[in-house]
Amino acid sequence: MVSGPNSDVLKVESLAVTYWGKPAIQDINISFTRREITAIIGPSGCGKSTLLRSINRMNDLIPGARVYGKIYFNGVDIYSDDIDPVLIRSRIGMVFQRPNPFPFGIFDNVAFGLRVNGFKLSKSELYDKVKDALIKAALWDEVKDRLNDHAYSLSGGQQQRLCIARALAVDPDVLLLDEPTVSLDPISTAKIESLLRSIKNEYTIVIVTHNMLQAARASDYTVVMMPDENMVGRIIEAGPTKEIFTNPRDKRTEDYISGRIG
Amino acid sequence: MGDKVLSSLQRRGAGKRRIYETLLPLLLSFGLFIAIAVLVSLLLTVVTTGAHRLSWNLITQYPSANPAEAGMRSAILGSVFTVGLAAAICIPLSIATALYLEEYARGGKISQILSYNIANLAGVPSIIFGVVGLGFLAYGLGMGRTIITGAFTLAILILPLVTVVCVEAVRAVPPDLKYGAYALGATTLQMIRRIVLPRALPMMLTGGILGIGRALGEAAPILVVSGLLFIREDPTSLFSRFTVMPLQLYNWISRPQQAFIELSSAGIIALLLILFSLNLSAIVLREYLTRRAMEA
Repeated sequence: MVSGPNSDVLKVESLAVTYWGKPAIQDINISFTRREITAIIGPSGCGKSTLLRSINRMNDLIPGARVYGKIYFNGVDIYSDDIDPVLIRSRIGMVFQRPNPFPFGIFDNVAFGLRVNGFKLSKSELYDKVKDALIKAALWDEVKDRLNDHAYSLSGGQQQRLCIARALAVDPDVLLLDEPTVSLDPISTAKIESLLRSIKNEYTIVIVTHNMLQAARASDYTVVMMPDENMVGRIIEAGPTKEIFTNPRDKRTEDYISGRIG
Repeated sequence: MGDKVLSSLQRRGAGKRRIYETLLPLLLSFGLFIAIAVLVSLLLTVVTTGAHRLSWNLITQYPSANPAEAGMRSAILGSVFTVGLAAAICIPLSIATALYLEEYARGGKISQILSYNIANLAGVPSIIFGVVGLGFLAYGLGMGRTIITGAFTLAILILPLVTVVCVEAVRAVPPDLKYGAYALGATTLQMIRRIVLPRALPMMLTGGILGIGRALGEAAPILVVSGLLFIREDPTSLFSRFTVMPLQLYNWISRPQQAFIELSSAGIIALLLILFSLNLSAIVLREYLTRRAMEA
């Protein structure tokens, strides 16, 4: 939809998700381009987060959630029976709305994913990977002298960058971010947006956001979702961010981005 | 000036509302006062009747027809053996059950049915567990009316109580942290070991110690399973006959002589001391583990 087939790392085909039998999103068809930032925007309750959670099978953990349709990750259907969701989640990382660092030290937070995924690393290799992830997350300079401090001693913005570092440490192909800056101040938000820009040549990034300006600033492609008359979320428009914001095809997109609805 | 501002803030009915605000806490805490009054009067009665009978004989001597040298050595050992074993059986089972219900069955139908039945089980009178212990364990499985039968009976008795606390402990771990671990590719087992257990263990162990306290005080099921009130030898193996402290107290208290009534009060003091020190150790352990989980 938004680009050629070869560069699509993720392809979603007629996806629907129900909670306790009630559909939340339906008829979702979309591809995500490799090494680009795609923003998913739309009003509350339009199913942005539901779509995001389907991509790394986090919906498996939500009671009552069922997923229909197909999602191809590098050509493999991640919902086929022989796929282990644990492996999917180590290839497709996720950052949540509220920073959720683990209740232990900064270093151990970043090393967590490496340890649970059974990487056989020497002490110095582990250190290098942790350092690398913290550098990518633009946090290294602030924490390099206190790697063993408790993660809760960091500010909210630092905690969220720690969560990004934690996700990057396992070297995923895709990074999903679910409104990662919604609880942060503008300066912390700007830091996260610029760090996303700086790592986009290595990762495919999908970011759900409420913030239209953020989508306009930080993304290459934009997907607009909207609930229909039955409150079922659907994609109404998708394309390069510039086009969506300057020349939307759908009237509802125009209304939404100009603040008339939502 | 200040008075004026204040009086302008006086609304209609403000005086009445203030009275309610003062009276309501008193009214609500009424039940608490009753409970404390009962406990204090109980303690006072026990201490005034039994304090002068407290001596090392109580824990070093076997029961005897002579109150001056009677003790409850065999009952204390019986209690330690059965309750200790019951805890060793029950606590791991409860933790496993809680983890299964919360992290594997995850609110599904099975988990709901099981949770409901565990809650029911917690309300079953303890003598029923004694009957089950006697009929099923002692005779059905041929374990005899022995320490091991008593231990299993007590373990089943406190299992629902401890499990409920363990489930609450698992629920108290923030879902954010669990999702965070899953999102990094952790398996459920890894998530449990690294996220859930460090945070939930203190509360789980507190539940275990609550269960131990409950088991220590139980007379009815052991009366059915063991049936012995008077033993003059130490338990030597898991298959020894046994009695427990509450039964020894029951034996003494049902005797006509005043001296034995006093002795039973002294025994109650000893039992309470053990219970209080158990609860204290539960609190110390919980504080220690909580602090460690926070720092680790």
